[in-house]
Amino acid sequence: MHAATSVPLVSAEAPPGELRRALARAEARRKWRAFALTAPLLVFLLLTLLVPIVALLQRAVENPEVANALPRTVRALDGWNRKEAPAPAAYAAMATDLGQLPDSSDAGALARRLNTEIAGARSLVMGAFRALPITGTPEEIKARMLELDPRWGEAPYWQAIAKNGSRWTPDYLLASVDLRRDVAGEVERMPADQRAFAGILLRTFQISAVVTFFCLLLAYPLAWWLSTLPARKANVLMILVLVPFWTSILVRVAAWIVLLQSEGLVNRGLMGLGLIDQPLALLFNRTGVIIAMVHILLPFMILPLYSVMKSVPPTYLRAAVSLGSSPLAAFFRVYVPQTYPGIGAGALLVFILAIGYYVTPALLGGADDQMLSYYIARYTNVEINWGMACALGAVLLVATLVLYAVYRRIGKAELSLG
Amino acid sequence: MKKTLLACTVAASFALPAFAQQQLTVVNFGGANANAQKKAYYEPFEKTGTKIIPVEYNGEQAKIKAMVETKKVTWDVVEVESPDAARGCDEGLFEKLDYSKIGSKADFLPAAVTDCGVGLFVWSTVMAYNGEKLKTAPTSWADFWDVKKIPGKRGMRKGARYNLEFALMADGVKPADVYKVLGTKEGADRAFKKLTELKPNIQWWEAGAQPPQFLVAGDVVLTTVYNGRIDAANREGRDLKIYWPGGIYDLDYLVIPKGAPNKEASLKYIQFAMQPANQAVYAQNIAYGPTNTKALASLSPKILADLPTSSTNAKDALQFNVGFWADQGEALEKRFAAWATQ
Repeated sequence: MHAATSVPLVSAEAPPGELRRALARAEARRKWRAFALTAPLLVFLLLTLLVPIVALLQRAVENPEVANALPRTVRALDGWNRKEAPAPAAYAAMATDLGQLPDSSDAGALARRLNTEIAGARSLVMGAFRALPITGTPEEIKARMLELDPRWGEAPYWQAIAKNGSRWTPDYLLASVDLRRDVAGEVERMPADQRAFAGILLRTFQISAVVTFFCLLLAYPLAWWLSTLPARKANVLMILVLVPFWTSILVRVAAWIVLLQSEGLVNRGLMGLGLIDQPLALLFNRTGVIIAMVHILLPFMILPLYSVMKSVPPTYLRAAVSLGSSPLAAFFRVYVPQTYPGIGAGALLVFILAIGYYVTPALLGGADDQMLSYYIARYTNVEINWGMACALGAVLLVATLVLYAVYRRIGKAELSLG
Repeated sequence: MKKTLLACTVAASFALPAFAQQQLTVVNFGGANANAQKKAYYEPFEKTGTKIIPVEYNGEQAKIKAMVETKKVTWDVVEVESPDAARGCDEGLFEKLDYSKIGSKADFLPAAVTDCGVGLFVWSTVMAYNGEKLKTAPTSWADFWDVKKIPGKRGMRKGARYNLEFALMADGVKPADVYKVLGTKEGADRAFKKLTELKPNIQWWEAGAQPPQFLVAGDVVLTTVYNGRIDAANREGRDLKIYWPGGIYDLDYLVIPKGAPNKEASLKYIQFAMQPANQAVYAQNIAYGPTNTKALASLSPKILADLPTSSTNAKDALQFNVGFWADQGEALEKRFAAWATQ
């Protein structure tokens, strides 16, 4: 913007070409300097944001276990009708493949991968791996493996192997929206008792929307009041908003447990006033989750609203009233539209933060109040099924981006209206 | 002369780490259990010259997996739950143990001896109630489901594990048959159906510290709970009672992550923790059963009465089936998530 100051002074007699070149040089220098100044941030973002996101997306479709561990078996199953137990050659290939695994951890990885596909495959594979070496003619090997575990004669286990022969799979992503591939590779819905994640994603968005709504409802009057106060008073009150903001989430969750439990302060107070006879169920259900989340996220709504409201001149409202508008109409038609950027920024911030909530619903919610992050953590830490965890993460990421795009469109429309 | 001095200083500075006190990072689950381990194992072991650095975690195997995969293992000895001990061993996360350096296998409970992990203590998931508040004590798992006989909410762990077993026992399945029934499609359906009956009366807990707190606060009348948590609350003056029959007992194991830097010292620590005298001190500090059977002899009847391994308490108990949950766990937990949404 202030490039003119760095342009070397050129005498008026100098040819115009030289001037243009000098200007271009200065412009290029300025650009490089700006780039050099932002480069550390760009590198930082690249390393801490883009690289992990790409790795996450890659893990969600990566499927190396079966292809690495059982190359011969996958080939032997080529052309199998996928209905009854495969030919003895497949058993022989399986025995050879298991025997050639470099390390027992490869067998463990294979067993884990197949077990996510069909429950029980873990003990089946590890059982065969521990019984190695299994040798002889293909018929003998088949007989030996069936004797070891009759489940080797069941088609579903072999189907899982045949299906996962390629290095990439859409299965995790399909599973994260309650779909799966059938034996023939056609996409179909999960059976009813395994249909969970679409509902959980919907629940995640519902809870976030309700939390955003209540945050706006509570924050708007407060921010408006703060913006009308003299600076000194406003600062003192702002500290009251910020103190909880700086307190650990766990501490605040624990405090809510103390307040909301059935013999807690809130229930005792209401019963003491004679408003209720039985304690209200305020904890370990949706109510508790929403109360605590609204409290935790409130500052993220107040701060953007306050900063926008500070910049709205109070004279506009007075002008509207003096021109004959009723105070209420003036507020909604003159003041509120000017705070749309604050509402938009606050709502987006609260909503996106709420989508990722995990600890608060885990501690204050019941089994049907858990949000998607809870299951991502579960698959990461408990089931150690990182493919599934990454697929759920990818779904959450995409859903958030879509939502952001929608917000941008609506936001633009509002701006053009104004 | 000056040169020699310099050489000596350099040599000394290189040799210094060898003289430094050896350290072991021992990872536990925190809380009352960590305090008992500190008294029984960490403090006495430090007198042998090795400093113990205790670290708390929440059982996240992802941390161990990440350390082993990146070959930057900073944990020496880790306490893990039984499914993780078995699975981690299969998947090569843990070192195979050399029992000649740990002790005589014959002294240990059979379930405590596995390839990669040695069982440190026995704990149990049981039914508990508040003796100060509840007049009619429960006499069966069917009572846990009977909200007419004992009105009020029930606390249960958020998840499928344990709850499906309890549901089947409440439905009349004998403890010995529970896993046989649960292994079939009809059995799993039956367990979920039974759980649905109780669904409106269940208050779910996430952390082990919550159920005793629910009982004390009067939020629930009956709850499933880890038995050591009840013991810890009673040590603080509460009168919480345990109903032992049908309890599901399990072991926690000590493992050494693959590639851990101080393997020899870690084995020495494990050997120390498996000695009967030290295990007896541990059981006196928290009501979890010793895995070295010789430790039981030195414990008083009062201590024994609260241990899951004592003969009266273990009589009608069910051993947690690690193999079953390793196979079926992921599918059942997902089904539980779907069930909760309905």
